[in-house]
Amino acid sequence: MLELRNVSKSVGVSRHITDVSLTLESGSLNVLLGPTLAGKTSLMRLMAGLDVPTAGTIHVDGQDVTGVPVQRRNVAMVYQQFINYPSLTVYENIASPLRVKGVDRATIDRDVKRAAELMRLTPYLDRTPLSLSGGQQQRTALARAMVKQARLVLLDEPLANLDYKLREELREELPKIFAETGAIFVYATTEPQEALLLGGNTAVMHEGRIAQFGRTIEVFRHPVNLTSARTFADPPLNTLSVHKTGDLFAHGGLLSVPVPDTLAHLPDGAYTIALQPHHLVVEPEGAALVALDARVDVTEITGSESFIHVAFADARWVILAAGVLEYDPEQVIRLGFDLRNLLIFGADGHAVEHRTAKAA
Amino acid sequence: MDKTWNNKAWFFVLPVLLLVAFSAVIPLMTVVNYSVQDTFGNNEFFWAGTEWFQQVLASDRFWESMARNLLFSAIVLAIEIPLGIVIALNMPKRGIGVPVCLVLMSLPLLIPWNVVGTIWQLFARTDVGLFGSVVTWLGFDYNYGRDTLDAWFTIVLMDVWHWTSLVVLLCYAGLMSIPDAYYQAAKIDGASRWSVFRFIQLPKLNRVLQIAILLRFMDSFMIYTEPFVVTGGGPGSVTTFLSIDLVKMAVGQFDLGPASAMSIIYFLIVLLVSWVFYTVTTQPDEDRA
Repeated sequence: MLELRNVSKSVGVSRHITDVSLTLESGSLNVLLGPTLAGKTSLMRLMAGLDVPTAGTIHVDGQDVTGVPVQRRNVAMVYQQFINYPSLTVYENIASPLRVKGVDRATIDRDVKRAAELMRLTPYLDRTPLSLSGGQQQRTALARAMVKQARLVLLDEPLANLDYKLREELREELPKIFAETGAIFVYATTEPQEALLLGGNTAVMHEGRIAQFGRTIEVFRHPVNLTSARTFADPPLNTLSVHKTGDLFAHGGLLSVPVPDTLAHLPDGAYTIALQPHHLVVEPEGAALVALDARVDVTEITGSESFIHVAFADARWVILAAGVLEYDPEQVIRLGFDLRNLLIFGADGHAVEHRTAKAA
Repeated sequence: MDKTWNNKAWFFVLPVLLLVAFSAVIPLMTVVNYSVQDTFGNNEFFWAGTEWFQQVLASDRFWESMARNLLFSAIVLAIEIPLGIVIALNMPKRGIGVPVCLVLMSLPLLIPWNVVGTIWQLFARTDVGLFGSVVTWLGFDYNYGRDTLDAWFTIVLMDVWHWTSLVVLLCYAGLMSIPDAYYQAAKIDGASRWSVFRFIQLPKLNRVLQIAILLRFMDSFMIYTEPFVVTGGGPGSVTTFLSIDLVKMAVGQFDLGPASAMSIIYFLIVLLVSWVFYTVTTQPDEDRA
């Protein structure tokens, strides 16, 4: 178990990590999700022991390891760049952490071959990394992390530099391969999709803070604040500022949404409503949905999905629709959404449904 | 008659042709011309064939100078390359120290070669030079104008002072291009300082070092100005390198034929070595990335 207690890290005047508390269980898969510069790498460096926090403490299985250097922590890390020893063969690369530990020859040979087998590197053991493809280079780095039998495995956007096919393949294999080791597995990514595909737990990071931490699917479905919802939406979250008067949320005269019964107790005032792009329906049928008219800006078609960018009131929204839909710019289309999918945030950015659940 | 149909093309090519002709072809052909003829002045020339080449290649004087050149290059490379790496490894990576070190390192490179020679000629003198008098004061019998070893020591020291910076700057640039993640990965692996150097820094410096060795070999093999200013090739002829010998023969003794033949041999050696290095360094290898 790895525990961060109120950890902060500043370099000079810039704060990289601010008051992060996080508990990661052994054998768990944890995703750090956040945009570039959200502090994912900084946090990983603190977890690894490459950096010492400016404030707060780090505990492993209840023991304070805050000042303990990385060499004595049994940590493995894989980076976005493919980092291998350039002059050593793939075999020697995978064996290197074991050699440093002083493991005997037979064990090294067995472990290296097993890791190579799992990573499908067996035919390349005698080659040097730079003569391999990017995917094979990263597999080498992963195999090196694997043989180490580390208790904490940190993967810092390991698939970002790989092409699409390889990414899917490795993303599927990675959790399985490391799951059996019982290690704490931390995976940093900028892509909400990747977090959802990996499952496990997700910590949403924003500007050096943890916006929310919990089971990935829970975090995705029930963001506790606007920051978490925004970070976890791809394409971007559709938001609209509204004013609650009585039993209606209204945006000028353009949109009126009935306040759900469960939220009747809310005081009148300013709120933000939000909808995930796939929760907006084009040309809705049936009266169950709230309807509104929006003007089309541009339509992007990916093949199986269409992204329709529209302008509504003073907001710009994106709709993610299945199939190929084509609209002319300036065309006015009717949109609908289910009230149950509506996310409602107070003026302070906290989700009103989750008032009781405290943001981590 | 339409003779101007390609005038425009000539207009573009001509400057280059003229430049190359005056800077390379004409001087070289003049030397070739001298190397196969004999002259007694008055612009009278007699065909000599390969006589001068045979004479030069058969002379001890040529081979002795050649041996001195090779020895000098070997010593200089053996000192400057490792020293350059060590200094580059120990230079600061960030902060105010970086520009300070870079400027200090560049200074020797900015000084004209004959000035370097003059500086060291004075610096190493035992009567007025700081270095010479300190060494003498320490009890060493030092005189670069009289003793073979002292002369070599002075010239090598001068070259190291002058050119190690080049190796340092090349290596420093190479080191700075290694992503930080490599060092982190090594740290996580628990690799020692030596392992980091041996398995990360040295392989990553491979290419830079090849260039450094080529440049330093070529320059040291063609050395002329500095030893000429400091020792004038002496004492005796112990610091007479090929280039100095060449000038003695051509300008001092006015033996234009043998001197030209020697120039051509010298030129071919340099060309050959450059070609070998070029082939080796541009060979497609896997360390390209």
